[in-house]
Amino acid sequence: MSVLTHLQRLEAESIDILREAVAEAQRPVMLYSIGKDSSVMLHLARKAFFPSRPPFPLLHIDTTWKFRAMYDFRARMAAESGMQLLVHINPEAQRLGINPFTHGSARHTDMWKTEGLKQALEQNDFDLAFGGARRDEEKSRAKERVFSFRSAQHCWDPKNQRPELWRLYNARKNPGESIRVFPLSNWTELDIWQYIHLETIPVVPLYFAADRPVVERDGQLIMVDDDRFPLRDGEKPTRRSVRFRTLGCYPLTGAVVSTATTVPTIIQEMLLARTTERQGRLIDHDSNASMENKKAEGYF
Amino acid sequence: MDAATTLIEQDIEKYLIVHQNKSLLRFITCGSVDDGKSTLIGRLLYESKALLEDQLSALEGDSRRFGTQGDALDFALLVDGLSAEREQGITIDVAYRFFATERRKFIVADTPGHEQYTRNMVTGASTADLAVILVDARKGVLTQTRRHSILVSLLGIRHVVLAINKLDIVGYSRKTFDAINAEYRQFAAKLNLDHILSIPLSALRGDNISTISANTPWYTGPSLLEHLETVSIENAGASVPLRMPVQWVNRPNSEFRGFSGRILGGRVRPGDSIRVLPSGKQSNIARVVTFDGDLSEAQAGQSITLTLDDEIDISRGDVICAADDPAGLADQFETTLVWMSEHEMLPGRAYLVKLGANTLGASFGQPKYLIDVNSLDHLAAKTLALNEVGVCNLTLDRAVAFDAYADNRDMGSFIVIDRLSNQTVGAGMLHFALRRSQNIHWQAVEVDKQARSRHNGHKPCVLWLTGLSGSGKSTIANIVERKLHALGAHTYLLDGDNVRHGLSKDLGFTDADRVENIRRIGEVAKLMVDAGLIVITAFISPFRSERQLARSMVADDEFVEIFVDTPLSVVEQRDVKGLYKKARKGELKNFTGIDSPYEAPTNSELHIDTLQLGPEDAARAIVDCLVQSGVLNGSSAASF
Ligand SMILES: Nc1nc2c(ncn2[C@@H]2O[C@H](COP(=O)(O)OP(=O)(O)O)[C@@H](O)[C@H]2O)c(=O)[nH]1
Repeated sequence: MSVLTHLQRLEAESIDILREAVAEAQRPVMLYSIGKDSSVMLHLARKAFFPSRPPFPLLHIDTTWKFRAMYDFRARMAAESGMQLLVHINPEAQRLGINPFTHGSARHTDMWKTEGLKQALEQNDFDLAFGGARRDEEKSRAKERVFSFRSAQHCWDPKNQRPELWRLYNARKNPGESIRVFPLSNWTELDIWQYIHLETIPVVPLYFAADRPVVERDGQLIMVDDDRFPLRDGEKPTRRSVRFRTLGCYPLTGAVVSTATTVPTIIQEMLLARTTERQGRLIDHDSNASMENKKAEGYF
Repeated sequence: MDAATTLIEQDIEKYLIVHQNKSLLRFITCGSVDDGKSTLIGRLLYESKALLEDQLSALEGDSRRFGTQGDALDFALLVDGLSAEREQGITIDVAYRFFATERRKFIVADTPGHEQYTRNMVTGASTADLAVILVDARKGVLTQTRRHSILVSLLGIRHVVLAINKLDIVGYSRKTFDAINAEYRQFAAKLNLDHILSIPLSALRGDNISTISANTPWYTGPSLLEHLETVSIENAGASVPLRMPVQWVNRPNSEFRGFSGRILGGRVRPGDSIRVLPSGKQSNIARVVTFDGDLSEAQAGQSITLTLDDEIDISRGDVICAADDPAGLADQFETTLVWMSEHEMLPGRAYLVKLGANTLGASFGQPKYLIDVNSLDHLAAKTLALNEVGVCNLTLDRAVAFDAYADNRDMGSFIVIDRLSNQTVGAGMLHFALRRSQNIHWQAVEVDKQARSRHNGHKPCVLWLTGLSGSGKSTIANIVERKLHALGAHTYLLDGDNVRHGLSKDLGFTDADRVENIRRIGEVAKLMVDAGLIVITAFISPFRSERQLARSMVADDEFVEIFVDTPLSVVEQRDVKGLYKKARKGELKNFTGIDSPYEAPTNSELHIDTLQLGPEDAARAIVDCLVQSGVLNGSSAASF
């Protein structure tokens, strides 16, 4: 047998992390955001525990503002994996009708996602949550641990993280504290797509180019996915062949003009276009260190 | 346009086939501040085209704003993460970066070179196959260079690149390069570094990074990237005997019983005979199960699930080994220990050690010696402080399967966890097992009250509950013991049941007998405190002077008097056992509260008013009191 390929090594490492975390946790859960990283993470979880079903539920922190295609895909994946799917919708955000148009992307994200996540973890007593974040996504992520500790207030303190040596993860924690575990830490965006291609992992169709109604706003192409989208004066949706490199709330997610309808052509465009996927995420544009602040507040 | 881009454009499918067969190299970069480490990594990312346009335009902006290179790109800015650190202009932790070339994917552990960060370097080195050690050509081999090399060698990295940087400043001088190279090799001869390659570099100008530079015509070796792409990282793990620690027992139904884990050494095929440690039971591999179907063979590095021919009992932490070459089994070792906590390592203190999938009780002996990481000299030491490295004996609370670190990195490495804070406070490498007999000498710690108490992870004391019959002492005492037990404390409860039937069987209820009874209980409690226990007593103990006597038998801070205060009218009304009724009728003589006095405490450590507090709350108040007085450590008691 030969040297393992980089994807085989990444896969084996992720499975190792998933198993170790489950063995050490009392009530683990997998944060499932419906995107391609979640698809890969879910796929790896099914591999890790096969022939058993992954011994934890999936948790989607919903904002009610995801693309409709994402909700369809979510239902499909829950059925296919046979895992329990929990959906949490922050009742306070719902009551206040928080939306990205009137409240801005920062408030929207904070209320639906950051607060919603805290609520869901607390209500269910989850002490360990798998997340699909990768270290290559953003400069500040490069230092994130695989096992990342959160105080009882769900805060991340960069000074209070544990060194991780060899493949020994210290998952012990005090009551009330919780752990975020990132099995995809060492994957890059290219690794993710190559793996999706190699393993034919299903992803939301929005990643592939199709004619979609979009408006151009602040330099971004935003898809008008339902009639909650308030068109500004003179704005008129036009149909263009676009796809998404990252998926979130549809009013906050920029599309790219594309004709790529297969995974290889997506990779081709990605390698030739050479911009990072986060460019399409509006929350990152707020400030230089915004991702880090989000993390300190418990966004992840 | 380069060949790769052409291929991407013309035949993406073919490109993908090439690219899914890349191997992976993990390396660490070490250098002192300002040697150019960040510049080098940024340059590697840039030259391997790991940077995308938006990152490049951000870099251009950052370079203008914060850069040190005038209008040119300042690559160092690419690799700074946390904003606080960026403001201070230093990197203070391990960061992982990724890039890929046509042949390999790379994971770079970026660690800073400051004196105090041995901890971070060791962390980064623990997963690395190769180390790039930076030297500033103007400064040559420095103390830090030696330290980085010694740590790299201690962690078992065999491949080193000596990156002699900033050669542009010394006019690309061959003489300078040769002198540094020679000096380094002379020093490195005493380290276990099999492969050393020195490369003349300018990270800033890009010389010899991805292509050979015209500025160093005298250099005939490969460029840095070329070397990283081709250096042979033979799957060392595959040539050793089979080791697979069981992480998770896989039981989807009663038909299937598999053992999931990652192979840490060797290979495995159906039919192979195996031995399970520590039980020593033997069996044969039935199947190598994966989601993608059964495998005919799996090798080190893969995560799989094994099933066996026999139904043998295996749990998490056990190690499945080659039957003819099993791992060692021991509970005492000589180790190299790297200390990573501000609280120094204390010989004899109770720690936890995680080794494979086992978490074990552990303690260390006094360091045999400390390793000066700048010179490899041995120094005497009593403890290990933050960032110190020493050779210490390790004792575990049970025997585990292991290999020497030199034979198998993953089977011979461990981390040390503080029992109370749960922080990772150390990391170590096993040298060899100690035979029992060897062990007698090193147990230099005198076994006294302090030593026992350290082992227990808490201080000993007496919780003396006093109060009327029926006031709730036993109920509360039992809950307290349960809570303490759950916290890992070592306890013993003395009450009427276990004392009156044995120790004080000969005593009645006269005042004299009551005094003698309390004296005996006090003496027993004292012995138990000496043994390191938290002793809980639940006796009426009505007389102040006897309670004072019991108090005087132990140290001042070891006696906690707790007045369980329920008024006579209430206990008499409750009268659970009907004793008050009997006493009132005169059927019981010398009954406290009726015809024998109860002297309420005036200066108890804790006064529990049972009309206000239920038994659970009372017990919690007592545990809280132990936390406040430092008997128990606060963090572990937080939930109670
Ligand atoms: N002339 C020259 N300067 C360099 C070279 N590499 C780094 N530098 C400069 O040295 C300084 C420190 O570099 P930096 O990468 O921040 O060092 P670090 O502290 O090791 O990460 C910066 O001003 C760099 O521009 C080099 O090869 N030649």
